[in-house]
Order: sequence, then structure tokens, then C-alpha cells
Amino acid sequence: MAALLEMRDIFKRFPGVLALDRVSFDLDSGEIHALVGENGAGKSTLMNVLGGVYPHGTYEGEIRVNGEVARFGSVRAAEDAGIAIVHQELSLIPEFSIAENIFLGREPRRIGIIQVEDLYSRAQRVLDELHLKLEAHLPVGYLGIGQQHLVEIAKALARNARILVLDEPTAALTDSEADVLFVILRRLRESGAGIIYISHKLGEVLSLSDRITVLRDGRTVSTDPTKTLDTKVVIARMVGREVTDIFPTTHHQPDNVVFEARGVTVEDPNVPGKLLVANASFSVRRGEVLGIAGLVGAGRSELMMAIFGAHPGRLSGEFFVAGSPVAIHHPSDAIRSGIGFVTEDRKRFGLLLDQTIVSNLTLAALKRLSGPLITHPDAETVAGERSMKELRIKARSVFTVAGTLSGGNQQKVVLAKWLLTDPKVLFLDEPTRGIDVGAKQEIYQQINRLASEGMAIVLVSSELPEVLGLADRVVVLHEGRITGEFRREDATAEAVMAAATGHAAERVSS
Amino acid sequence: MTTVDRDEEAGLVAPELGEKRLGRWRVSTSALRAYTMVIALIAIWIFFQWKTVSDLYPYGLFLHPVNLANLLKQMSVTGVLAVGMLFVIVARQIDLSVGSLVGLAGGIAAMTQGWGLLPAFASAIVIGVAVGALQGTLVAYANIPSFIVTLGGLLTWRGVILYLSKGETIPVRLPVFRQLGVALLTPASGIALAAIAIVAVVWLTIRRQRARRRHGLPVASTAATTARIVVPSVLIAVFIYLMNMQGGVPLPVIVLLAVAIAGNFLTQSTTFGRYLYAIGSNPDAARLSGVNSQMHIQSAFALLGALVGIASLLHTGRVGSASPDAGTLMELDAIAACVIGGTSLMGGRGKVSGALLGALVMASLDNGMSLLSVENATQYIIKGMVLVAAVGFDMAGRRKS
Repeated sequence: MAALLEMRDIFKRFPGVLALDRVSFDLDSGEIHALVGENGAGKSTLMNVLGGVYPHGTYEGEIRVNGEVARFGSVRAAEDAGIAIVHQELSLIPEFSIAENIFLGREPRRIGIIQVEDLYSRAQRVLDELHLKLEAHLPVGYLGIGQQHLVEIAKALARNARILVLDEPTAALTDSEADVLFVILRRLRESGAGIIYISHKLGEVLSLSDRITVLRDGRTVSTDPTKTLDTKVVIARMVGREVTDIFPTTHHQPDNVVFEARGVTVEDPNVPGKLLVANASFSVRRGEVLGIAGLVGAGRSELMMAIFGAHPGRLSGEFFVAGSPVAIHHPSDAIRSGIGFVTEDRKRFGLLLDQTIVSNLTLAALKRLSGPLITHPDAETVAGERSMKELRIKARSVFTVAGTLSGGNQQKVVLAKWLLTDPKVLFLDEPTRGIDVGAKQEIYQQINRLASEGMAIVLVSSELPEVLGLADRVVVLHEGRITGEFRREDATAEAVMAAATGHAAERVSS
Repeated sequence: MTTVDRDEEAGLVAPELGEKRLGRWRVSTSALRAYTMVIALIAIWIFFQWKTVSDLYPYGLFLHPVNLANLLKQMSVTGVLAVGMLFVIVARQIDLSVGSLVGLAGGIAAMTQGWGLLPAFASAIVIGVAVGALQGTLVAYANIPSFIVTLGGLLTWRGVILYLSKGETIPVRLPVFRQLGVALLTPASGIALAAIAIVAVVWLTIRRQRARRRHGLPVASTAATTARIVVPSVLIAVFIYLMNMQGGVPLPVIVLLAVAIAGNFLTQSTTFGRYLYAIGSNPDAARLSGVNSQMHIQSAFALLGALVGIASLLHTGRVGSASPDAGTLMELDAIAACVIGGTSLMGGRGKVSGALLGALVMASLDNGMSLLSVENATQYIIKGMVLVAAVGFDMAGRRKS
């Protein structure tokens, strides 16, 4: 019997670049086939070829679905052939109900009039089949981000997709939401669907998939049954070199306290009375990496934003830099006090995507680097070039537009921007989200270098191995409260998770 | 080097943002766009020149120095407004009240003529700044969308001038006030001005080279440096020569040039300008980088208000009277000039030179069609289509990679 999907010898050229260089990939019914590789390896390009984003004729090679040659001229044609891609960025309309979103563009209709009853009953049936306890008439905007992802999958299945492509589906999910997703995916596999699973999280790839294909630089490196693989092997194939330990071992010598926050309380500005952070206090020393762990929604980002003077719901909090109290009402106050903040979500909070690298780099320190009133472009260019070299930002020049860079290089630009403010303490919120393994490792090296040079670092991350691998001390948040604090040697994954889920309340004196 | 390959790919994910390949040359898309607009303008000029050939003007009337001076006078009011509008649009805001405010400020200047020239001029500018600052405060600090605030302003300020003037047109009595809109610089001072401008071009170019060398940055070749001095110098000389042929440079054109130079300096060479672009590009990122967005947005509106005051003086002086419906629809001309000149209504992108080019395109269409006695109705239709077409071409060019 023919495979559900076969892609043979696919070549895809962009001007000056061979993005896919003879890539072959196949998928059977009832299989979860994982596709892994660093950013830029060609995963998205391959899926765009499959999904009709690059129509037939713009690539070379052959696609067969159920043994039949397929030539998709559009996304719609690919969808009609049973291929559905759930992208990392959600394509739902928050004001529309779940049902309206599921059938968007394909509403059941008679002489042009939408059959509302039919719409809702069919949508409810899809949700029930997935065992999702959701009401079809709820506006999508009311759902959490995890549930929205599940609605996105329901939308794909409502189109009778037999080939489901998931691109980083768990990037925004909590662990429990991810577990729900995995149950659903396994059930779909049993029902005979084929699933292509793209993820940077190798743990879930290894536990979920049947086969793993590794792409590197537009070529297929290997396709093997998951049983025969482990994390080390996969990472080595992804990066093309043996990675013994992606967390460089460090022994910082923490010094005196550089930054302290006392009694930070933050209210949800939209829901008065609901506390996002309740009376949180912590301190960080010179040369120390303080990890802040916690599940999504625990209030980690809100805590950092509130300290930085950028959260409208801050009710209380006292801050001390090098022992003296500082008043922070606006990010400019924080910057002046020597605090830097690499915010999460670089596209939303970090970068001016349509401006040059150098405009981005100098933004937070413009008055010091360039001049208080009049700018000095040459001084900026020199500072920018130095930063690019220091952090190994790969781009043609400092005048390259930031939005054209890869995720890892964009993240380095944000980091470099804050280093140019010469901070005494640096907050990093999810500094490695959505970037490839190589870039991650470089960010880790930078964190260690900065700490060894005496900077105090607060690292917020939802990737536990990252926190455990880098931090000298870990503070755990659960529902806005600090529920645990661990020294490096006591910070085991089990202990931190227990505190993060509210099952422990131990706090060591620091 | 595999990493370089990867970056090439990464760099090509969104090539429309940065550069374009033309044969073997890479051209930045903004430069490409500017060339396209200049070519479009030249095409418009050639067309009108050809169409205005007559027995009296065998080579065409349109580019005759007298008409050119007329065209530039017409352009000066829109141009001053467009420079101000640019500040606001770059910061991802809009101001629809500009036309009504021209009416109000011009009317107040005419009413205060009795106090003397300076108080009259000052009151127009002060009222512009005050109204701009008020609207900016409502936008920045009360979080009311600028579209709404200034739509309200469009109605309110028109109402205020109708009330104050009791619906009557006030003639300009002070001779100097009237001169502001129509006077010509003497040919001798025109030549002096050209000399100063050329010296400034030379000095700035050399200073720039020195600064680059001091910072250890690559310096442009001698040929490029020479071109950078010679081309603008020739343009200045030709401009002054043409204007002197018809009696001298019109004063409002000098005002526009001064505003443009100041506006260009503000947007390109100050931290204030840089922050406006940052706010327009990504307000959250700008705020988190320590930019005081509220103060900057408020100031942008106030600055626009000041330029509206200046424009109202030019307009009132040229017309010779302040009618209560003066300035109607001028906001749309100013916005159109910015947009034709490549300013993005989504903020973060646009230059003074572009806005001036846009204003020149609009004025050329106005002037050329009047020379050809095109009906008013047709003029509106053509201008509307040109606006949409200019943006349409821009978007189409950007999508192709």
C-alpha cells in the first residue's frame, strides 16, 4: 500500500539560496512523524511546499498523496486534498465564536445564507470527538492560549484533514495543556491520521513520535524510528557536531546584593481585585544568575514588568539598587537606575522590526551613545558594529532591517541593545524562546560571561532545564506567590516542579 | 560556511523590507521608491509641458519660470502642513483638524492685525501650538484615538472661527502680512542665498567625511564626494537662476525651504526624531526601551500646530483675506502628500523629502490641470485616482521579491 504522503527530491530555490536541497520525506497513516532541525534548516519551507503556499511549479520534485501525484496550486487546493497546517501563530478571530472560527470560509450555507443551527451542531460534534470540553458558541477570545491551539486543531480536523502538520504546537502551552494535546494526537494517530510534528522540544518529540527526520541546511540528514534515537544523537545531527553539554558549567562567586525587590504586588488591570503577583520579594547578587521558575500564568513576566515600571497594575513594591532605594515609575527610571530588561516576545516587545539593526541597538541608550539632543550616526555605527561582533550577530551590516534576521539573531540584537545601556542588573524573560539550538547555546554562553564579569542576572524561563542549568539560585512562583527558593545544589527538577505546582512551601534563607 | 548560508536564507525571508536586486546592484527599497516617485513627477511635468505648447509658448508654458514660481507658491502651504503631518504620521497618529485650524489661526491673525504685525503672527502660531498641544494631550494622556480627537477638532475649530468671525471674511490690511504670501526676494539676495547654500553643502559634506574618518569608518570615494557636492550645488544654482528670471524667489518658498530643512534635521538628526520613528514602529518596544511615548506624541501634535500657524499666515497673506472656510480639506492634501511621498500610515516610515515630493506632485497636478482648464470635477477625480494609484504601485512593488 502506498504511503499516505510522499515528498521526493524536493528542491526549492530563493534568489541566491537553495533552501531545500533534495529533501525527501514520507508519512504513513497512523503515524506521528517528527520533523526537527535548527531555525533556517528548511522545515517551514518544506511545509510551505506541502501546504501549497509555494504552488506547484515554484519548486522541483514530486509530491504524492495516497500514491497519486499532487500538484497544489494554492493553499485551498492542498486543504481540499486533506492537508492542514496549524501554524505557530494562531489564525483565529477572537471576537468570533469557536464554531464560526472552525468553519470560517466554509460555513454550511443554503443560497448564500449561513445555516446557523447546522454550523453550531457540526462544530460541537467536532469538539466532542476531540473530547474537548468546550461550548461551540463561546467567543475564542475567552479561551486561554492553550485552548485556542486546540480549537485551531479542531478547525483543521473539521476540514477532514488526513495529514495534519503542527508547527511548534506546545510553544505557548502549559505542561498540562500540552498533555491534553498529546492525548488528542495519540487518539488521532489511532484513527489513522498522519501527523507531521515540528518542535524544538526534543523531550516531547522523543516521547510522542514514531519516526524522526532531521533537516540541516536544507538537506535531509536522517530518518529513523524514534526507538533507536536519544536526545544527544538528535541534537548532534541537528547542529552537525557533538554537543556534550549545552549548559557550560560555571562557578560564579556571588558578591554583595546588587538588586532587591520587596513586597511586589500586581493586580490584573482588567479584573480589579485579582492579584497576578502577591507580595513577592527577592534579591540578586553581583555575579549571580537568579532563576525564576514557574508555570505559564504564574506571574513571572508580570513581576518583571512591574519592577521595570511597565505594568499598569502594580499596587506596591520597593526596589533597591546597590543598597539605595530607587523610585521606578517608568522604564526610563529603571534604565537610569541600572536595570536592563530583555523582554519576552521579541517581536511584540523587543524590536522595531522595520528599522535597522543599529536603530534597534542604540534605542535604549541613545542619549548616552549618540548625544542628548542631536544624534551622531557615526558613533552609533561604531557602537553597533562592536555589538554585532561581540555577540556574533550575523547580518550583512548594521543597516540591515531587523525584521529580516533569523530568530536567534533578532534575540541577540535585543540582548545587545540592553548591554549597551551598561546595566548593573539584567532581567532576561524567556531569552531563548523559539530560537535554534546553536543560538540558544550562544545566549547561554553570554549569560555566563556577563555573570562572570560581575553583572547580576535574573533569568525567567519556562524551560526548566534552562533554569536548572544556568541559575545559581532558583526562585519559584506559583499563582503569583513565591513558593520555593533553592540553591543550585538543591534545585532538582522534581523539587522545583513541586513548588511550581503549589505542592511545596519551602524557602531557604539566602 | 553553512552558517552564512543560513543567514542568507534568513535574510531573504522578507526581502521586501530591506533591499532589492536590480541586475547586479542591490538597491534599498526606500531609495528605489524615491527614484520611482521622481520619475513619475518628471513624467507629469513632461506631459503638462507638452500639453501647454502654444503659439505664445512654443516650448510649453508649464515649466516657464513664471508658472514654476506660481506652482511653488501654491505648494508652499501644503508643503509646510505636510512636514508637520509627517511628524504625527511617523508616530502612528493622524491629524484631521489641520484644515480647520488653518482657518482658525489665519482668522485670529487677521483679527489681531490691529495690535501690529508681530502680535498678529505670534497669535496665529500660539493658537496653533495651543490647539496641537491640547489635542496631543487628549491622544497621549487620555488615550483617545487621534482619529477621533482630531475629527472632533475638525468640527470644533471650524465652529470656533465661524463664531469669532461671525461668518465674515476679514481682509488683510497690513502690507507686510500680505507680502508674506506673494513677495519676491530681490535677485541679488537670491544669489547671495544660493552662495550661502552651496557653501553649506560643501561644508557639511566635508564635515561628514571627517567625522567618518575620525570614527574609523569607510569614507566615500573622491568621485562620490564630488558628486555629492556638485549635484545639489547645480540644482540650487539652476533654481535661483530660473526664479530670478521671473523677478526673484517667492518668499513663501523660502519659508517652506526653511521649514523643510528644520523638519529634516528634527526627524533625521535628533533623538526626538528617532524616538518618533521608534514609537511609530513599535510603541511597546519603544516604551520598554525607556522612551517617554506620551510626551513625544504630545510634542509631535504641538509641533504640527506650530507649522499649521505658519501655513495659515502664508495662506491668508496670499489670498489677502481670512475667510471662515479657509483651509477646508487642507488636511487631506497634507496627508496625501505624505502618503504619496512614501510615508506609512502604520508609522515608523517616511521622510521630509518624500513629503515635499508628494506635495510637489499634488501641486503640479493642480497647477497643470488649471493651465489646461480641466474642469474642477475632473481635477478631483484625477487627484483621487493618483493618490490611490501611487500607494497601489508602492504596495505592488513591495510584494514582489
